[in-house]
Amino acid sequence: MRKLSVKTIVAIAIGAALFFVLGRYVAIPSPVPNTTICIQYGLLAFMAAVYGPVAGLLIGFIGHFFIDFSWGWGVWYSWVIASAFFGGAMGLLTRKTALDEGVFAKKDMVTFVVGTVVAHLLAWAVVAPVLDILIYAEPANKVFLQGLVSAASNIVTTLILGLILCYAYAAAKPKAGSLNKE
Amino acid sequence: MTNLFNYIERESPVHRLTGATKFICLVLWTFAAMSSYDPRLLGLMGLLSVVLFRLSKITVKDVSFLLGFTVVFMVMNNVLVFLFSPQHGVSLYGTKHELFKIAGNYVVTSEQLFYHLNLVLKYIATIPIVIIFVSTTNPSEFAASLNKIGVKYSVAYSVALALRYIPDIQREYHSISQAQQARGIELSKKEPLFRRLKNASSILIPLILGGMDRIETVSNAMELRGFGKNKKRTWYMARPFGKADYAAMTVTGLLFAAAFVLNAMNGGRFFNPFI
Repeated sequence: MRKLSVKTIVAIAIGAALFFVLGRYVAIPSPVPNTTICIQYGLLAFMAAVYGPVAGLLIGFIGHFFIDFSWGWGVWYSWVIASAFFGGAMGLLTRKTALDEGVFAKKDMVTFVVGTVVAHLLAWAVVAPVLDILIYAEPANKVFLQGLVSAASNIVTTLILGLILCYAYAAAKPKAGSLNKE
Repeated sequence: MTNLFNYIERESPVHRLTGATKFICLVLWTFAAMSSYDPRLLGLMGLLSVVLFRLSKITVKDVSFLLGFTVVFMVMNNVLVFLFSPQHGVSLYGTKHELFKIAGNYVVTSEQLFYHLNLVLKYIATIPIVIIFVSTTNPSEFAASLNKIGVKYSVAYSVALALRYIPDIQREYHSISQAQQARGIELSKKEPLFRRLKNASSILIPLILGGMDRIETVSNAMELRGFGKNKKRTWYMARPFGKADYAAMTVTGLLFAAAFVLNAMNGGRFFNPFI
């Protein structure tokens, strides 16, 4: 592994802290009883797009680990790994996006949307259920249904929050060459 | 900070173990309990975990909320497994002993009940251990101990930093949310779902963009102090291993090995009493 820059280390820390606070305390009640909408994946997708795959992977892993840990029911490894996978995959798919320079063009938007859909489907409908079966030997149809439902709801919230964040962040950053000599 | 992860400061043999020991034991223990479907091993581990729970001087009252939550979770998971595949046990163990019929495909078999017994034992074997770990490990010491067991210090430092900033971010979230609510932004069930999401983002955008600024400030400060220059660093919260640490690791190591030996003996992860 390449040596992490100080900025990436701090981004992982603050990203994981934000992920934790969003996932643990910011619960938006949903129409289905006893379920809340997970909004932390919008943040994760955005952070992965800005700071790259390693940061995305570790933010997902540490943040989700803390959430499970703080509930105290034990760490559900398969879902923690799926979160980490989503962050890493998002970072890889959007690595050409130059959000840090204030650019978020239509092309980047399309990459972000496609990336979110692909990464979420892989993470929740493939990685998480397969690990559930391998680690916990649960019945396949139960875990795949759970996976598909969470993939669908996560895609919707990630797209809404993630895109708003990308646009807001890109607009707040000064663009390269935005100064004119008079 | 101390309350965030339910850390309860008390004087007990379990509290005196170092964070690194407890973390290694937790990982080995949960892996052993996860991989094995042998009720003999799971039962032994369940018994041991209850004994350890007593030793740690954590009372049921301290953790009643956590406990209640996990019991609900366990029951729900078992019900879901039965609803989705009432014949899962039959396909795992290869025989079929029908007990009684509910309706249609929902026939209760001894194989299915045995599978559920294993699932429940798994919870009993792991949950007290996780609760002990969460309530007796100081979060800052936990981050220091990660480095000790071979996680790169940059990553361990990220964990420590995240723990440091969670309370700050929580506070910031509350002030932003109150400011926005004062301006009439509603997050409760009174609003339709889509509006609720939109309103949530009017709190989250300032929070997250503020977080991005914070990354800039903190990383500049760390860079100015030469973070990452040396290959190693020392930790304020780190403690050396004692005799009890080695003993605890040996016992969990043996349980971990027992899980593997049993898996080999049973010819798979499942102990099968039906043939």
